[in-house]
Amino acid sequence: MTQPSVAIVGAAETTKMGKVPELSQTGLHADAALNAMADCVLTVADIDGVATAGHDVAEIIQYLGITPTWYDGTSVGGCSFITLVRHSAAAIAMGLCKTVLITHGESGRSNNRNHRPIFPSMQQQEFEAIYGPLFPPSRFTLPVLRKMKDDGLTEEQLAMVAVVQREWASHHPRATARDPLTVDEVLNSKMIAWPFRKLMCCLVSDGGGALILTSAERAKDFPTKPVYLRGMGGESVEGPMISQMESFSSSKAFRVSGKMAFDSAGITHADVDHLMVYDAFAHLPVYGLEDLGFVAPGEGGAFIAEGHTRLGGKLPLNTNGGGLSYMHSGMYGMFALQEGVRQMRGISPAQVEDAKLSVVHGVGGMFSAAATVVLTNQDSW
Amino acid sequence: MSDRQVPTIYPETQFYWDGAKEGKLLLQRCKKTGEVYYPPRPFCPGTGSRDIEIFEASGKGRLYSYVINQMPAPGYEPPFVVAVVMLEEGVKMLTNIVGCPPDPAALELDMPLELTFEMRGDVAVPQFKPAGDAT
Repeated sequence: MTQPSVAIVGAAETTKMGKVPELSQTGLHADAALNAMADCVLTVADIDGVATAGHDVAEIIQYLGITPTWYDGTSVGGCSFITLVRHSAAAIAMGLCKTVLITHGESGRSNNRNHRPIFPSMQQQEFEAIYGPLFPPSRFTLPVLRKMKDDGLTEEQLAMVAVVQREWASHHPRATARDPLTVDEVLNSKMIAWPFRKLMCCLVSDGGGALILTSAERAKDFPTKPVYLRGMGGESVEGPMISQMESFSSSKAFRVSGKMAFDSAGITHADVDHLMVYDAFAHLPVYGLEDLGFVAPGEGGAFIAEGHTRLGGKLPLNTNGGGLSYMHSGMYGMFALQEGVRQMRGISPAQVEDAKLSVVHGVGGMFSAAATVVLTNQDSW
Repeated sequence: MSDRQVPTIYPETQFYWDGAKEGKLLLQRCKKTGEVYYPPRPFCPGTGSRDIEIFEASGKGRLYSYVINQMPAPGYEPPFVVAVVMLEEGVKMLTNIVGCPPDPAALELDMPLELTFEMRGDVAVPQFKPAGDAT
């Protein structure tokens, strides 16, 4: 029998999401942090570890009035919050701190901020950016035509990713885009970067979220239902130059991180009741399903198009609607975690019945980094 | 075209841009293993060895993947092609495809490409065009 060592005891998103022009990015972090503390009835005096990404962790600490004994500002893109969950778990397990607050806030839409969330890469600027792929829709999508030719992935299958996720979003009152969508609507939406159209690209939102982690032993004293980490998760990096990906049909960072998380948790794919795969664009869930090993290479598009990730399907995927329909602040990984926590608490508006185990996997940058955690509501296994 | 971004050149990459000005695409390879790598750095990322050499690439490659970009970029008139070329030497390189319409019908994956250069001020930027194209 294995007992968990660390649990998520507090989880909340910002009070408002989508368009929040009345808050600065720092303010979004704070709003999410205060909501997460309220969720588990803690105050700033109870927090001794702070982690964030895409924003100076020192500013968040000072703004909230915390005196930490541990902090982490690892920032490798939108999966950083998933990375920070495992870093926090390691810190708690090593006794570096007892109660960690992980915050995300991003003024992605209103741009009430003074910096971009990811460090610019010198080589990416010198050897890629000069050719004009300055925005994620024309950079993150670069490998996809190769995958379509090599693996038979189709435009219709990519469109189905957006359609299925919109179905999930329709259950979530807080989702930005909730109206039903058809494949034709996706394929007739505005061209952004062939073969990608607008409805295959994520939303651009303001918002944030926060998590509070502590030891599994202490978690039992909290009023919230503990969501335990099963194993220590996984993380990896391939690098910020998308042209240098080893394979255009598969992410090395996804494969390394995913395998690490599954091995550490001691689970098989059949154990997974619920899956979140960070979807900045419609191809990411396809890569995620394949690179995490849920389907064979080249079968991810068909798996989604056949309906297996829908409500009632065998592998509910991105049940909040994802970055395509729920919200996408820029570093969306925090929202994938929030839905994983809701599912394990049993309170998602699109609740997967009797779900006991959730895998949350994220991408950082544009296939630059990856992180994966396994969440469960079971206190032993 | 003069508004297009010019690279910030660092000491380790100066040779590459000097070569481009002379109409050459310069790559590097490990003298231990023969591994060719890109982008430039003064050691082989495969072995960590600093024992490397610079050589001139053939300038031939094939279209590996691309997008037809509708998003703005300084000096570019959308739509334009952002592509990855697989060079004959076995390394991938991000570039533009010029000398052909930005249309999927004209851009077949694996079509042969050849090197060309675009002047941005006094910086020569390597690009690719369909092989055998007179332009």
